[in-house]
Amino acid sequence: MTGGMTGAGSVAPETPVRAGRRGSGRWRWGVFAVLGVYFLVPLGASIWYTIRDRREGGITLEPYTRIPGAEGFAEAFGRSLLLASLTVVIALALVLPVVVLVELRLPRLRTTVELITLLPLMLPPIALVVGVRSVLAWAPDHFLDTPVAEFMFALQEPELPWILVLVYVVLAMPFVYRALDAGVRGAGLRTLTEAARNLGASWPRVMLWVVLPALRTSLLNAAFLTVALVLGEFTVANILGFQTFPTWIVTAAGAEPQLSVAVSVLSLLLTWGLLLLISALDRRRREDLA
Amino acid sequence: MLGTLPFFVYVAVVLFLPFGVLAVEAFRVTDPVTFDEGWSTDNIARITEGASGRAYLGSLRLSAVTAVLGAVLGLALSVAILRTRRGRLLRRLVLTASGVLANFGGVPLAFAFLATIGSAGVVTSLLTETLGLEGFTLYSMTGLGLVYLYFLIPLMVLTITPALEALRPQWREAADNLGASGWQYWRYVGGPVLAPPVLGATMLLFASSFAAYATAKALVGSSVPLVTLQIADSLQSNVVVGAENLGKALALGMVVIVGLVLVFYAWVQRRAQRWLA
Repeated sequence: MTGGMTGAGSVAPETPVRAGRRGSGRWRWGVFAVLGVYFLVPLGASIWYTIRDRREGGITLEPYTRIPGAEGFAEAFGRSLLLASLTVVIALALVLPVVVLVELRLPRLRTTVELITLLPLMLPPIALVVGVRSVLAWAPDHFLDTPVAEFMFALQEPELPWILVLVYVVLAMPFVYRALDAGVRGAGLRTLTEAARNLGASWPRVMLWVVLPALRTSLLNAAFLTVALVLGEFTVANILGFQTFPTWIVTAAGAEPQLSVAVSVLSLLLTWGLLLLISALDRRRREDLA
Repeated sequence: MLGTLPFFVYVAVVLFLPFGVLAVEAFRVTDPVTFDEGWSTDNIARITEGASGRAYLGSLRLSAVTAVLGAVLGLALSVAILRTRRGRLLRRLVLTASGVLANFGGVPLAFAFLATIGSAGVVTSLLTETLGLEGFTLYSMTGLGLVYLYFLIPLMVLTITPALEALRPQWREAADNLGASGWQYWRYVGGPVLAPPVLGATMLLFASSFAAYATAKALVGSSVPLVTLQIADSLQSNVVVGAENLGKALALGMVVIVGLVLVFYAWVQRRAQRWLA
């Protein structure tokens, strides 16, 4: 355009073809600056809020050292970790066979399974938990003195509320399904399993020695996302009235706001660190394969 | 196939059964005098008026505004990261941070903002002491929107980055070689290809903002009209007879609204496909 017509003998245009992009650097740095301030200021301010010593001035780490001994913390955090591990196990056990079978044997079911696993992402968890409450209310209303009621009451044991595990598995399904599906598509599972089957391996053996190792990063990813989801989940636990890590943070804030902010900051940064670690491991593995 | 059976049974019992029960029991009422139970559309009629109606309006407005803002800003951030050359570290930092903020839940975010611009927040005291600024309060719709964007923008980045990566550089080069301007490229090539995923992601942001409860509960208690807070209130009230059923009707209303949004999305998607073909 600016260079005018180029003759048949000329080799390269005088100006870069994508001249329009020269100005694009400016808006990009604008975006980085505005969003950088927006995302970093609350984080920095929270850290400052927790380490500044209000009585004597100066800096203190006291709110952080107080976390482990804070009233109710160990119990609530331990319970959340336990709920998270149970959720991971059940979610993987339910979703992994479906993902593998849909890929290898039942491609017809793909759309159905995809739609079902999208539902928990779109439907409000609070509506789900209102429904769950209604179902649980059947125990005293309709099934009193039957094994069904006993079972439903057992699900609501405050020490280890299995009902939360059951609901969290549903909430985690979108993430677990998509993490595993991406892994299955990337691993060339059909070829691998056919080779194993031709060599005479049984299906259980194929699952254990071929499918699981091929999917280990996506399994790790799915497990990590599920743990993060359970450790942060507030709505369901709050409505059903159970004490977990996030509900404890909110309760503790009443008496000690600094402590709650410290726990919040710490949990965000630790989760981020873990996720960075996993993504680094993932990359190293890919480079090993390449 | 036997291996998929546990999955379908589980989904039927823990996902479909509760929503089915919700859809039925929203039409149950308990007589406040005789405690007789019966069928009625009273609950459904009540959710459109008074405090419930205001809560729906508040939630819809907040979610629509934050979804659009989150989508625009998230898209801008995603494009900016992908355009940065040698930005692999930056990309990994932003994507993992987005994963944490979008999935970890609203409680820690609420407290981060409380510490920043809450009534005793660091930035609040900085501004009031040095500049004498006052007037903005975190405990309002605007304040909530500001916090919601903190997880909606990352959610947009996570959902739209794969779609942007699928946009081939060759298309841009082909358009450039044919003499298209940047605007023409986005109008006739990039825009039409990106429109369906961007719209889908915006719907997801809307649903996520509409369903948000933790942030609002931790920040404002129940002083702001939002459906989720209204539902929690009606469930935890032991005073009013039939409040539980009103909660079910409110929850059913949320499901219907999300359903309508999805139907609209499917309709737009189909039209877009016809137009592209």
